[in-house]
Parts: sequence; structure tokens; C-alpha cells
Amino acid sequence: MIRFKVNGNEKTFDGDPDMPLLWYLRDVAQLTGTKFGCGMALCGACTVHQNGAAIRSCSTAMKEISGAEITTIEGIAPMHPVQEAWMEIRVPQCGYCQTGQIMQAIALLKENKNPSDQDIDTAMAGNLCRCGTYQRIRAAIHQAAKHQAAKETA
Amino acid sequence: MKLIENVSAHVSRRGFLQGALASGVFVLSARFVSEPLWAAEGEAAAAPFEPSLWMSIASDGTVTIVAHRSEMGCGSRTALPLVVADELDADWSKVKIEQAIGDPKYGEQDTDGSHSVRGSFDLMRQVGATGRVMLISAAAAQWGVSPKDCTTEPHFVVHRGSGRKLGYGDVAAAAAKLPVPKKEDVPLKARSEWRYIGKERNSLFDLPEIVTGKAIFGMDATMPGMVYASVEHPPVLGQKIKSYDDKATLKVPGVQKTMTIAAFKPPHMFQPLGGVAVIADNTYAAFKGRKSLKIEWDSSPHSVYNSAPFRKTLEATSRQPGKVVRNVGDVDAAFAQSVKTGGKIIEAEYYTPHLAHASMEPPVAVAEYRNGKVLAFAPTQNPQAVQETIAGVLGIKKEDVTCHVTLLGGGFGRKSKPDQVAEAAVLSKQLGKPVKVVWSREDDIQFDYFHSVAAMYMKAAVGPDGKPTAWLQRTVYPPINSTFDTAARYADDEMGLGWNNLPYDIPNHRAENGPADYHVRIGWLRSVANIYHAFAINSFADELAKAANQDSVQYLLDLIGPPRIVSLDLKGDDAEENKDYPLDTARLRRVVEMAAENSGWSKRAMHLGKGHGLGIAAHRSFLTYVATVVEVEVDSKGQVHIPNVWTAVDAGTIVSPDNIRNQFEGAAVFGTSLALFGEITATNGVIDQSNFHDYQITRMNRAPRHIDVQIVKSEAPPAGVGEPGLPPFAPALYNAVFAATGKRVRELPLSKTKLV
Repeated sequence: MIRFKVNGNEKTFDGDPDMPLLWYLRDVAQLTGTKFGCGMALCGACTVHQNGAAIRSCSTAMKEISGAEITTIEGIAPMHPVQEAWMEIRVPQCGYCQTGQIMQAIALLKENKNPSDQDIDTAMAGNLCRCGTYQRIRAAIHQAAKHQAAKETA
Repeated sequence: MKLIENVSAHVSRRGFLQGALASGVFVLSARFVSEPLWAAEGEAAAAPFEPSLWMSIASDGTVTIVAHRSEMGCGSRTALPLVVADELDADWSKVKIEQAIGDPKYGEQDTDGSHSVRGSFDLMRQVGATGRVMLISAAAAQWGVSPKDCTTEPHFVVHRGSGRKLGYGDVAAAAAKLPVPKKEDVPLKARSEWRYIGKERNSLFDLPEIVTGKAIFGMDATMPGMVYASVEHPPVLGQKIKSYDDKATLKVPGVQKTMTIAAFKPPHMFQPLGGVAVIADNTYAAFKGRKSLKIEWDSSPHSVYNSAPFRKTLEATSRQPGKVVRNVGDVDAAFAQSVKTGGKIIEAEYYTPHLAHASMEPPVAVAEYRNGKVLAFAPTQNPQAVQETIAGVLGIKKEDVTCHVTLLGGGFGRKSKPDQVAEAAVLSKQLGKPVKVVWSREDDIQFDYFHSVAAMYMKAAVGPDGKPTAWLQRTVYPPINSTFDTAARYADDEMGLGWNNLPYDIPNHRAENGPADYHVRIGWLRSVANIYHAFAINSFADELAKAANQDSVQYLLDLIGPPRIVSLDLKGDDAEENKDYPLDTARLRRVVEMAAENSGWSKRAMHLGKGHGLGIAAHRSFLTYVATVVEVEVDSKGQVHIPNVWTAVDAGTIVSPDNIRNQFEGAAVFGTSLALFGEITATNGVIDQSNFHDYQITRMNRAPRHIDVQIVKSEAPPAGVGEPGLPPFAPALYNAVFAATGKRVRELPLSKTKLV
């Protein structure tokens, strides 16, 4: 029996311990905001937080999350400054990868409150967007950094 | 063959213009008059006002507008309802969008060919304006005044004289009882009165749901009691199962059983490929179970497919005379004359590989078969093709297939083909419960309807001024029609995609197409044949410019020649479309000039450092004129960086400028993927690539650093925006690489060529 938390709620799992967290979230917990894109940690669509750090849930087995605190997009209280910035810059096209992008961006801004373009490129290089919204993602992360700074000084 | 009818509707990109405009308005009128609901006196207060198939107004003022096109990221689902709302004079915050199921009553619904707005713009205006006239009439009657003395402001009818107002919700029930006005009695707004069309503040309707993870894509659709399925497809097109062993599979926790899906009957069209399905409690178990399946496949004629020798065959064909698709003057005589007079003959060959769509959401669908009927939820560009395909495969009536359209996690043409939805329906019929079929990324890349591999041969005779007196172009590739006709070897609609409409001012010109066999499923990918056609044409134009030692922009403008309507010899739909959208070189020149100016071409070109270069390309596709300037930096390791892209777009009348900028920014990134990395190859009929490690998509750190999109202000009829940004990108980039390095690369992708 694996015990862990998802979005603050206690959970247990006694299925296949090799099952990736992604499929637990999507098929078992019905939290479908986390997306399947590649299954090999190559695209970042499945990004969630494990104890606050961004991980690829498609390549994280259930046996690896024992005792962990998992946060998915559903556990982010809207509107987070990153989501606000995504709305203002009107980042999404199809939107499928964007929850993963947002989770990655939130984790980045937690570590680095004022990232440079270079920092953003490095942090976001694992998150693919086939529609090609990278320019807007970069702009939205800068904007979110400003929002966060404003909130903290307020 | 019903499927073929559907296919020809698909291929006919212009079909909707006439078909739906005529039939749509007719349906709208018929519905107004005949719908018994409207006449039900007692229910009038509760009955919603439904002036058409397309919208209703509830008594609380909520306006519901039907989106009959799919949302895959291009903005169609928002844009068309915005047009209705504008003419209705509705308050957008009180508008809800209802996604249409697949149904011919909406006209053609295939969201492809960049034709959603241009195909439905007039109809959507008419729908909204009709509603507005009826609301005004109802309010005027209530006030006892003439409708002529009334006007509207968002969501209110206003009496001009007294300033009295009635909310749309308050008069909706009364309006519903009125006869539908004739089209000639329905005035459309003047452009200056538009509140939404062409305005900056428009944003995607689904934006809040997308950023909070609540948006429902196909991957997120569920049905009560459903099981999950993953299908092992035949590695080579056309292979069938000889035998299989599922003992190990059945031991995987969560696996329920395995089932076979029959292979398609040629032509493959949108039918399932066939194979072995693993049915499981969840997606993971289905994927895992597949890994231990042991399947013996029979042989297929397509196992001869090897990309390297196939390329040689295509190239050999491109050197032979082909089928003439456009002829101006006498190319052969001009070549002979040039040789006789010591003129210069320039030849070049270009090659572009197969591409996979690789939308972030792989193909997926949920379907339930019950009592001879199918209910499906799918991320499809074409819900009517879902109906047709499932009806064909299961032998039921298409009216008995209900297809709900979810959001699409990207489409790019792949999701016009609903083979995975048919798989879900076939499995559900066998199992007696709803089935969700999930394709892995490997399935997606290996079993795509691939963008075609292509070879182009170009030849020009150049006069003393460096300008061509004759221009021959020949293109060869397995045609898309091979998906619908196993005997098809020549291109068809692809000719209109940047080949039979060269916009250059050259006295002698011939365009040809050569035959090719297919060995994989060929399909439409964002901008389709324009990709290779624009690559060859714009690369060759730049080669001629450089051979003449002339500036690329000025040379391109000279090639395009004076402002004029280009005379084209078109047939069928293309000819019809050309009446409303003639090929106007003034518009093409203008985007070239704009892109060059925005890039600071003349100054920048002089001041670029070592390893930097600028390139330009211009192409009209889907009736939109686009020019793109790309700046590259080739570093000491030969890696290409893209600091800047400037694109100028003339798409005629536009609905949402910011969405258009987003589309063209995205096209530059999609273009970077195919220019730098994109290549699908086959060995013995099996696709060599499988996931994002060997079929690379541009990541943020390789994408253009800055993309500038300028939109020409235009009152011309609306044209396409989803696809036209793509064709000029790769040739502009390659022309920039030449400027930076002196290396002329004539094949995609660039990663195959060492630049230093």
C-alpha cells in the first residue's frame, strides 16, 4: 500500500507499483488536467509537482511517490499569477501542453523569482508546444514574475 | 461509396462557400418557419428564441451560439461565434458556445484548409443580423413604435426617440414568434460598427478552462463503464495478422483481454489499420500489455519501402517530362533560344522528406456501440467523417452515429482522419461496452497519415539582366489521393497548393507533376503541398538572385513583377474560388515590402556579423499573402540559431488580430521544426522514428527568439490564417543560411547537412 497526498488530500494506492503517476492521476483519480504526451519524459505535458519540484508524472512510478506531496494543476488555486499572466498574454493555441507549461513555470518562479530569458529557456526546454507558443510563454513568465513581486511587496 | 463522397467533400476546400451558404441559409429559413416549437403559444415564455440552427437566446439573456468547426488551436471555435455576436450586437460576456455534433445540417464541418472563417463568415453575419432584426421588431411591437426608430446596443434594443430599452432576454420569446425576415430585409453592420470583428481584445473562449486544466480534450473524455484499449498495428501498411500469442499479455495486472481489429479493405481511407487490441482497466495496463504480445504478420507489398532508394526514384522521375499543369508561352523554345544566344541555364533539385503531425495530444477517442447505434466523443477535425467512417466500417447508417467534438490537443490535419474513432467503435461493438482507444506517441508517429516526401526539379533560362526568360518546375510525390484510390499516382488538389499558380512575371513558364507510388498513408499536414512547393520555388528564386549578384528582396519583387491580377488556368473549385479571390500581385508585393521594411533589410543585411544572414520568401496559400524574413546565426559548430523572424500577412478581413499573430508566431516555430529537424523515414516499410527523441520538435531554446508579425489592414474577403504562415518559413531560413555561410542547401531538414 502506497500512501501519498494529492493536492492536499491523503491517498492510498495498492495497484501495480510500476504504474506511472500520470495514469494514476488521469485514469484512477480522474484528474485530467495533467496530460499524456510522450510517456518518456520528453515533452513535459505531464508535469506536476512532487514536494514542490516539477517532475514528469509519465516517468515517475507510483512506488517512487510514497510519502510525497503531489500537486497537479487542479491543486493550483486559480488564478495563480502564472495563470493570470497566461491569460493576459493569451498564450495558448490548442492548450493541451499548457497545464504542463504552467506547472513548470510555477516551479521555476518558486526557485528563481526573476528569471532571465536564458533561465527561462533552460527551465522550459523540456516542455514541448507543437503549436509554437514559446515566445508568449517566455513573455508570460516575465509578466508572472512581475505579478508575484508586486504581490509580495503589497 | 459513401466514404468517397465524404472524401471529395473534404478535398473540395471551397465546397462550403457555395454548399453551406446556400443550404445553410435555406436550412435556417426552413427551420424558422417550420419548427413547431416556435408556434407553441403556451410555452412561448419558456421557449428559447432560436432564430436558426446556430443560436438561441434564453429569457435570462444568455445567448448560445453553435460552433460547427472544431477547435484545435486556430481559434475557429471562438472566431465564428464572435462574428454572430457582433452582428447580433450581443454582449460577448453573455455568450455561451455550444459545440456542434457532426451533422450535415451545419453544412461542411471539416476544420481544415484554413477555411473556417472564410467559408462561414457571410453566413455567420447573416445569422447574427437576422436575430438582431427580429429582436428589434419584437421590442418595437411591444412599444408600439416603428422598428425603423429602434436600434441596439450590446444586449439591448433601444428606442431612439424615448431612450427606452429592452434587454434581449426580455424580448427573446416574443421575437421567436415572428416570421423570419428575408435576407434582403436584414441589414448587415457597416465595418465601422463592428464591435468584435477585427478587434484586439478578442481572446479564446476556452482560455480560462485551458489555464486551469478544466478544458476537456479528447484525451479527457470518458463514458460510464468504459474500458481502455491500446492497439498494436501492423508495422507495414497492409499487413494482416497471421497468428498471435497473448499469454504473457493476459498476465499483466489490469489487462482484461485481447481482441483483433480487421484490417481495412483497400483503399485504406480512414478505416482502421487493423491489429490486436489490448483491453484493460486503465491506459497503463493496456500499454504494458501490448509490450508482451507476440504477433506474426503476413507480408505486404509495401515492405519494399526504403526511403533512400525511394528518393532516388522520385528524383529520377523529376528529371523526366511530367504531366503539364500550367503552361505559359513556350518554355522549350525559350530554353533553346537561350542556349543558342549564350544565355545562362540554371538547374536545381530540391528534396523534402515525410513529416509526422505529432500534435501534442495523440489520437484518442471514446465510443459506445449499442443497439445498432454509436455514440462517440473525439478530438476530430471532421465529425461528419467520423459518422461516415464508422457507418462504413460497421455497416450502419451514418445518421446512427453521433459524434461529439471535444477540444483537440492540436490537429494540423491528422485529426481530419478518424481511424482511431472507428477503432473504438469496432471494439465497443465486440465488447458490448464503451471503449476508450488511446494511441501512444509511438503509435502516433509510426502510423500517421504522413506529409508526403517530395522531389522537385527546377530549370530557368536567365537573360543578360539576370531575370528568367523561361522557368520550368516539376514536382513528384506520392499523392494524397492514394489514400482514397490505390491507383492514384499523380497529384490532384495539391497542384493548387502553390504549383499551378506561380505569381511570377515570366514570359515562358511550365509547371509539371510526375507520378509516384505510395507505401504509407499520405495525408494533409498544415499547409500540405505548399511546404515543398514554396521551398523549391523560393529557394530557386533566391538562387537566381544570387547568380545574378542581385539583392534578394529586389529580385523577388522584380520576379513578381508589376501589380496585376495573374491569369490562371484553373478548373472546378479552384476556378470558382479564383473569381472571389484572384491572385493579386499588388498584395504579394506589399507583404514582401512590409516584411523587408520591418526587418530593416537593407541596413541590417549590411551590418550583420560573421555567420549571420538574412533570407526572404513569399508565398500565397489558402488565399493569404505572406512574406517572411528570417535572420540566422550559424555558430562555429554549425548550429543554426534564429534571433529574428519578421512576417507580413495579408489575410483580407480578419476577426481576431491577436489570434492571427499567435498563428503566425506558431507557424514560425512549426516551420523551425520541419526546417531543422523534421524527417520521417522507412526501412522495409517500417517507420524508423518513434517519439520526440528521434522525431524532434523545436524546443524553446531552439525556437526563433523574436517573431514579429505585421498584419495588412484589408477589407478584402477573409482568407486563411491557420496554415499560410508555414510555407515561406523554411525557404526564408535556408536563404538566410546561404547568406550566412555561402552554402546552398537543397533538402529538408537542415540537420542532415554539415554547415561548417
